Amino acid sequence: MRVLMLGWEFPPFISGGLGTACYGLTRAMSQLGTEVIFVLPRPVSSEYSTHVKMTSPTNLGIDISSFDLLDEKDFSNVTFRAVRSSLQPYQTPQSYNEMLENITKQSIFSSHQVQTGQENMENLHGQPGHYGEDLYQEVQRYARLATVIARDEDFDVIHAHDWMTYPAGIAVSAMSGKPLVAHIHSTEFDRSGESVNQMVYDIERQGLHYANKVIAVSHLTKNIVASRYSVSEEKISVVYNAIERNGTVLNVPKTNRISKDEKIVLFLGRITMQKGPEYFLAAAKKVIDVMDNVKFVMAGSGDLIKRTIELAAEMGIGHKVLFTGFLRGDDVDKVFRMADLFVMPSVSEPFGLVPLEALRNDVPVIISKQSGVAEVLTHALKVDFWDINEMANKIIAVLKHPPLSVTLQQHGNFEVRKLSWKDAAEHCIKAYDSVLCCA
Amino acid sequence: MASVCFYFQVHQPYRLRHYSVFDSDNNYFDDYKNGEICRKVANKCYLPANRLILDLIHRYNGQFKVSYAITGVALDQFEEYCPEVLSTFHALADTGCVEFISETYYHSLSFLYSKDEFAHQVRMHRKRIQELFGQTPRIFRNTELIYNNELAEYINDMGYEGIICEGADHIMGFRSPNYVYTPPGQNNIKMLTKNYRLSDDIAFRFSNQDWAEWPLTAPKFANWVHDVNGNGFTVNLFMDYETLGEHQWEDTGIFDFLNHMPGEVLKHPDNDFKTPSEVIDSYDAMGDLNVPYMISWADMERDLSAWLGNAMQSNALYEIYQLEGAVKATGDESLIEDWRKLQTSDHFYYMCTKWFADGDVHKYFNPYDSPYDSYINFMNVMDNLQSRCRNAAGKVEQNKSHKMVTPQ
Repeated sequence: MRVLMLGWEFPPFISGGLGTACYGLTRAMSQLGTEVIFVLPRPVSSEYSTHVKMTSPTNLGIDISSFDLLDEKDFSNVTFRAVRSSLQPYQTPQSYNEMLENITKQSIFSSHQVQTGQENMENLHGQPGHYGEDLYQEVQRYARLATVIARDEDFDVIHAHDWMTYPAGIAVSAMSGKPLVAHIHSTEFDRSGESVNQMVYDIERQGLHYANKVIAVSHLTKNIVASRYSVSEEKISVVYNAIERNGTVLNVPKTNRISKDEKIVLFLGRITMQKGPEYFLAAAKKVIDVMDNVKFVMAGSGDLIKRTIELAAEMGIGHKVLFTGFLRGDDVDKVFRMADLFVMPSVSEPFGLVPLEALRNDVPVIISKQSGVAEVLTHALKVDFWDINEMANKIIAVLKHPPLSVTLQQHGNFEVRKLSWKDAAEHCIKAYDSVLCCA
Repeated sequence: MASVCFYFQVHQPYRLRHYSVFDSDNNYFDDYKNGEICRKVANKCYLPANRLILDLIHRYNGQFKVSYAITGVALDQFEEYCPEVLSTFHALADTGCVEFISETYYHSLSFLYSKDEFAHQVRMHRKRIQELFGQTPRIFRNTELIYNNELAEYINDMGYEGIICEGADHIMGFRSPNYVYTPPGQNNIKMLTKNYRLSDDIAFRFSNQDWAEWPLTAPKFANWVHDVNGNGFTVNLFMDYETLGEHQWEDTGIFDFLNHMPGEVLKHPDNDFKTPSEVIDSYDAMGDLNVPYMISWADMERDLSAWLGNAMQSNALYEIYQLEGAVKATGDESLIEDWRKLQTSDHFYYMCTKWFADGDVHKYFNPYDSPYDSYINFMNVMDNLQSRCRNAAGKVEQNKSHKMVTPQ
């Protein structure tokens, strides 16, 4: 079986669950012997394209990206095809416009693995290097370029990850006649609450309806897809995300833990409405009222970062709340090693990979009940995101009672080890089989 | 001769209310929920089962006999929330065919942590049984059939003649649970061992349609009992009373089964029903049964891991018994009673993380979403209890210094 995967750049060059999920799934599929043609948008270098470290010394427009760092044998069945596009995960129409202003225009299409097709592309569009004027146009442009790549490829099924690749998935499916599997990692309702962007919603809805099969990352998301997008439940499979077993952190000896007098409670994620930073602060305030030796660390950036810093100051807990900005790579491991507790107070979290990383790092977790990961973790404390009293109650309990923390760590770490991308990939392959047999 | 010896465990814990670290009052227990559960179980189990057993005793002219171990906290809650349950137990006691068994008043694990407290709770319970039912118990059973040689010795010293324990395979070895035994070196106290196969056929497997013997009918069960003839004297059927109507719902036919079973058993003239006291009076011990380490009737392991399996449980238990001196020093009756109600083993059972093999049973009885929530709640209450002890101690100190100052 060959899969045309419309995915996203891998970590560590990108943050967020989307890239991590693409990495884990694709690697596991390759190891299971499923061939994958991995198509992804890759913007030209700019300060916004965080994944691009340095342009290559040659003038061929080849970027150094995470793929250059991959272990070849893990991805022996994968062919990477990059499309010169400025799409990035978690973009909004506003953030896209801001980014566009900062982008220098370069050639339209590049890849270190693909040479063919370049002429085609140039001929087709005539004007290399023009990104869409807004996010909508860029998504459509990406769809056109993806069909050009797909024309020269042989595959059985198309697998598209999140709304920005759905138009591409539809276009390739329409052109090739191959079935489309739409994977949904987050919906517009998760990201924006009730003030949804109509354009984004329409694209999501169109993709979910066109798809022969929908893969949701949790039952929570499945329910949203069924109720808010009127997709019939039989069409939706739930495939939970997983976590790499042999991550770097396991090599870190316990003794390397940072010694400190204070307890540290960690928030790690984008500081946006969806992640509930204000609930974290409100709970922090309650904890600080009754405990002395505790600090709250907020790691991440996002559109609410300024507001959140101000809020901490207004609440009078500015001296107890530290903001690290966006962290990556070793810094993430380091902050986990410092933390006594990780809290994910998300308002709406389709899955939520960070708690798994925390548990893998032996950090106990409190997660909001409004998260998909709450469906798979039993050895985690769970609260309603709005219930700041209970959140504070649980934070204090973990900090105060070592037996609680130890039990959560031990059982949690064990539980996380049972979640494997191989199982997730097998479930995806099952979903492919289900659409292929009916096609 | 095969005697069927029924012993039913009746217990309801005082469940805690949601008690946050920000709470500071002394109302730890969820009165509403406790009352509601008591009434619910009374209607589904205690009342219909008591009526049926009373009817069976009358129908077979006193040939049908049973025994009960009703915890003190259950009796207290019946008194408060559904007194009609108590009056039906009174009616049963009056038949003379019902024996009441001793245990710790608070269904606690105190034997493991404080012998003084244990003895006190056993005496409390004995007194309560005497007052309520006019019987002095001769038989003892410990919380959840937790048992070892040491317990038997201790109970013997307290004047009991019989003790109930689990007939676990790893204890029985080649022996049959259908005989009476003595603990090694103790000839004054006899052991009744649970026939867990036949007990569990009723308690756990009765409604399981995947079970090869389903449906379990009264004649079939009576045959199994009869098969014991020649290979034992007594079939000890020990189970939670809530099996009748609550664990096995009425529509499984459990009451019909019980309704017909005595008649089927008594059809064979060799068989009869006996209370535990009658069993130890009728049969000689067949030998020693050595139980050097703690066993219980819980889960597959039949050990203490349901209450002491993780760090939270051992911490919570350690903390509560560590408070014994401070609590008793206050002399504050309501504080001491709260402390004792917190010793009920259920609080620690809720903290069990051993979910994967025995998950169903544990979840069914757990009012909390997770073992962690139950530990947090318990420790918050403990914190408050501790501060009450400190305050009381402070007041005592104050009074002392006050008294010393005033004479001058």
